[in-house]
Amino acid sequence: MDKTTLLEWYRQMVLIRRFEERSDELYQLEGKIKGFLHLYIGQEAVAVGTIAARDPERDHLITAYRDHGHALAVGLEAGAVMAELMGKATGVVGGRGGSMHLASKEKKFWGGYGIVGAHLTLGTGMALAEQYKGSGGVCLCYFGDGATNIGYFHESLNMAGVWGLPIVFICENNKYGMGTAVDRASANPNLADKAKAYNIPAKKIDGMNIVEVYKATQKAIDACRKGKGPQFLEMVTYRYEGHSIGDRTRYRPAGELDKWRDEKDPIATLQKVLLEEYEASEAELVAIDDVVMKEIDDAVTFANESPLPAPETLFDHIYPA
Amino acid sequence: MARLTLREAITEALREEMQRDENVFIMGEEVGAWGGTYAVTKGFLEEFGERRVRDTPISEMVIAGAAVGAAMAGTRPVAEFMTINFAFVAFDAIVNHAAKVSYMFNGQFDCPVVFRAPGGGGKQLGATHSHTPDVIFAHFPGLKVVCPATPYDAKGLLKAAIRDNGPVLFIEPVPLYTSPKVRGDVPDEDYIVPIGEADIKRVGKDVTIITYGEGLHVSLDAAETLAKEGVQAEVVDLRTLQPLDMSLALASFKKTFKAVVVEFGHQTYGIGAEVVAQLQEQAFDYLDAPIKRVAQYDVPAPYSGELEKSALPDAKKVVTAVKEIL
Repeated sequence: MDKTTLLEWYRQMVLIRRFEERSDELYQLEGKIKGFLHLYIGQEAVAVGTIAARDPERDHLITAYRDHGHALAVGLEAGAVMAELMGKATGVVGGRGGSMHLASKEKKFWGGYGIVGAHLTLGTGMALAEQYKGSGGVCLCYFGDGATNIGYFHESLNMAGVWGLPIVFICENNKYGMGTAVDRASANPNLADKAKAYNIPAKKIDGMNIVEVYKATQKAIDACRKGKGPQFLEMVTYRYEGHSIGDRTRYRPAGELDKWRDEKDPIATLQKVLLEEYEASEAELVAIDDVVMKEIDDAVTFANESPLPAPETLFDHIYPA
Repeated sequence: MARLTLREAITEALREEMQRDENVFIMGEEVGAWGGTYAVTKGFLEEFGERRVRDTPISEMVIAGAAVGAAMAGTRPVAEFMTINFAFVAFDAIVNHAAKVSYMFNGQFDCPVVFRAPGGGGKQLGATHSHTPDVIFAHFPGLKVVCPATPYDAKGLLKAAIRDNGPVLFIEPVPLYTSPKVRGDVPDEDYIVPIGEADIKRVGKDVTIITYGEGLHVSLDAAETLAKEGVQAEVVDLRTLQPLDMSLALASFKKTFKAVVVEFGHQTYGIGAEVVAQLQEQAFDYLDAPIKRVAQYDVPAPYSGELEKSALPDAKKVVTAVKEIL
């Protein structure tokens, strides 16, 4: 990996983290954000590392409701994402979707979805469209550990397997489906095994290490592109915050979060690599942090100053044009 | 011009749309090698090949969901539920995804998917396989719901559905598929019947019968009987349940001052409830009598033939309802 790439990944991960921290404040302290807010803090390496491995011209992306990280990693403006969280007309989907439903057709980012597991079928369909058209695109389909217990998951993996569809199923195993730990919800807590049941090659990856995430994703996309059918990556990661705002995470054993944060944090891990193996300086990283902080400040200002959707647009887009 | 059964008209529409547009393909249970459990896609596998006629596992959630995803990503899938009863399994994919992606993402995404769903009861298939649940799907903005009752409408509406950029649930009344009585003229040239437009199927002046699907044929039979007794019933075929076109029903009601709504779904919270509500809201001053509903009784479908039939609308029940308000 070259240093410029790693510095860019560092910037993106810091951007996501600062964005999420600010969103949390805007929700809890200022009341500017309402509804659900699922923060991505702790999981940044997964979105950034996987998205770095895709071909933005032809590969699709679809994810669940914890989608801010993916939206920022595909390059959506922080201001437009923040405006969406505030329900503004300038938001990425005009204030119609909110936190859970960010999307961009231009970026082939088909959205965040709020019903656990449902979008796996949509992703399977996108891979089907690619195979049908023979255009060589691959679908990256993200979901949490909790989704591996729902029927949608099993039907999607089975169909993708039967038809050999170009889809990479990316399971972000952050240890909890809402408040229920993986081993309390899944008869087989080794989630990669579930893919193997459908003859889908599966790998368990350290989702806190962005370089490993990137390399594994690159291989999986490559296999899809070569017509080898669906691939499955279990990204082992950790959600620092609650499931959504208002979750005090009482279900977590004492010390568990601290252990992950102190020993495995994805940003600190990359920072260490940059400083020790790539001769990056502290000043270089601080400069990036400063640029990101400015970007977040500008994003919040933009969102604050943006207009609300016009009432007369209420009935727009019920049906496509 | 050819005289086709309802099923033949549907088959023709599918074949012609697949010939016209390479992006149109079919997926569903037993649509290929079997030829369709109701034989609608018989011969399609041979004609179009496995790429475009796709047998799926028995997995309604992913049949519906993958069709939505494939539609968003630039193809035009026609996904078949073997029967509408199995669409319950895919309810979330239909009403929570197909029907929402346009609005929720601010019009960025098209979703040109058609869900074909053979429906209707009266075939002694028992309680779980005999539903007419059309109204449930018609409840949700974002999903168009269509149910033709004649071969002409079936072909034209299915073509319109396939060419529509949004999701359409296309309900096919199985009891009408091969009925000789339903057989009708279908033009040879390409045409569509626009979604969201009702149609007058019989002109009359004394009472308005508002119906769709199977209900059309019992209503026409009833109108025939009534005519012999000097009562001229006007029969309005809604054809599309969502978006609902009430213009013809309202105009007819303002002429006859009396109405009966006929549907094969259950009466409680049915299509009739909505139609009656709109009639009284928009034409209260024209009400000469209570508006009657003839619908399936609120009971699960029993297996035994005569018992099952007794719960469904028939021409006699429609005639009785009309006479009660004349």
